Amino acid sequence: MSSSEIDRQWTTRLRRRVEGKLPPEKLLPDTQPNYVSSWIYVFGVATMSALFVVIATGCILALRGPQWWHGSAYGHFINSLHLWSVEIFFFSMVVHLWGKFAMAAWRGGRTLTWMTGVITFLASVATAFTGYVSQSNFDSQWISTQAKDGINATGAGAYFNVLNLGQMLMWHIVLLPLAAVVLTALHIVLVRIKGVVPPFEENPVVENAEVTQ
Amino acid sequence: MAFILSFAALIPLDSLGHYIHWGWVEISVANFIIIVLMIATFIAAITAPFPGRRRRKENR
Repeated sequence: MSSSEIDRQWTTRLRRRVEGKLPPEKLLPDTQPNYVSSWIYVFGVATMSALFVVIATGCILALRGPQWWHGSAYGHFINSLHLWSVEIFFFSMVVHLWGKFAMAAWRGGRTLTWMTGVITFLASVATAFTGYVSQSNFDSQWISTQAKDGINATGAGAYFNVLNLGQMLMWHIVLLPLAAVVLTALHIVLVRIKGVVPPFEENPVVENAEVTQ
Repeated sequence: MAFILSFAALIPLDSLGHYIHWGWVEISVANFIIIVLMIATFIAAITAPFPGRRRRKENR
């Protein structure tokens, strides 16, 4: 195979593109700028860590099923871990979100980084809501009968039936977590490609500014 | 187990939830506490010094 043929292969082109955009030293850097030393990023990492625990405990719940998580001490424990890791996930995510909003973290071509964060948040809210109606207890029955009126009022009830436990469980354990995990991974890759947003300049130079007296 | 039960007894989970009514605003006490904690944590996150930051600045 000639070198020009190798150059035309999609694997070669994709590898070169990835190497150019995200070289290994950028993906796993040794150092970060001084302004990254902020608690706001600790809450970003806490969100990711909580997501890991949510997924891990969710996998255990999926293995054993509702009778186990409602009817045994170990099941209650894993069920509670799943709930409280979600609480920590949202708590940390909101603090991180507020901090990044205050920093206007979409500056410098970071729109996609910001938007992946926003959509991850929305996907996570939907995951939590479908989790409420998938508990298979009186609480989930009550929430789903209340939610159906709201969903039906939007016209989406024919496609997204909150009283359909099977459908809600599939959204909760397959589609929405998949979206949340893929978006989180994309968010982190974008942070690595674009870097963390620098602080506002103390005395920004405003080009073409009109002098008023 | 006894410790866990005594700790759980501090929060009566069998009773009705408590709600705050303020005009048209209605929020459960639990949710209100969480929001206050989030705001307090956010303020702490942007004001509290980050460990080692001063040392790194001096080394530069």
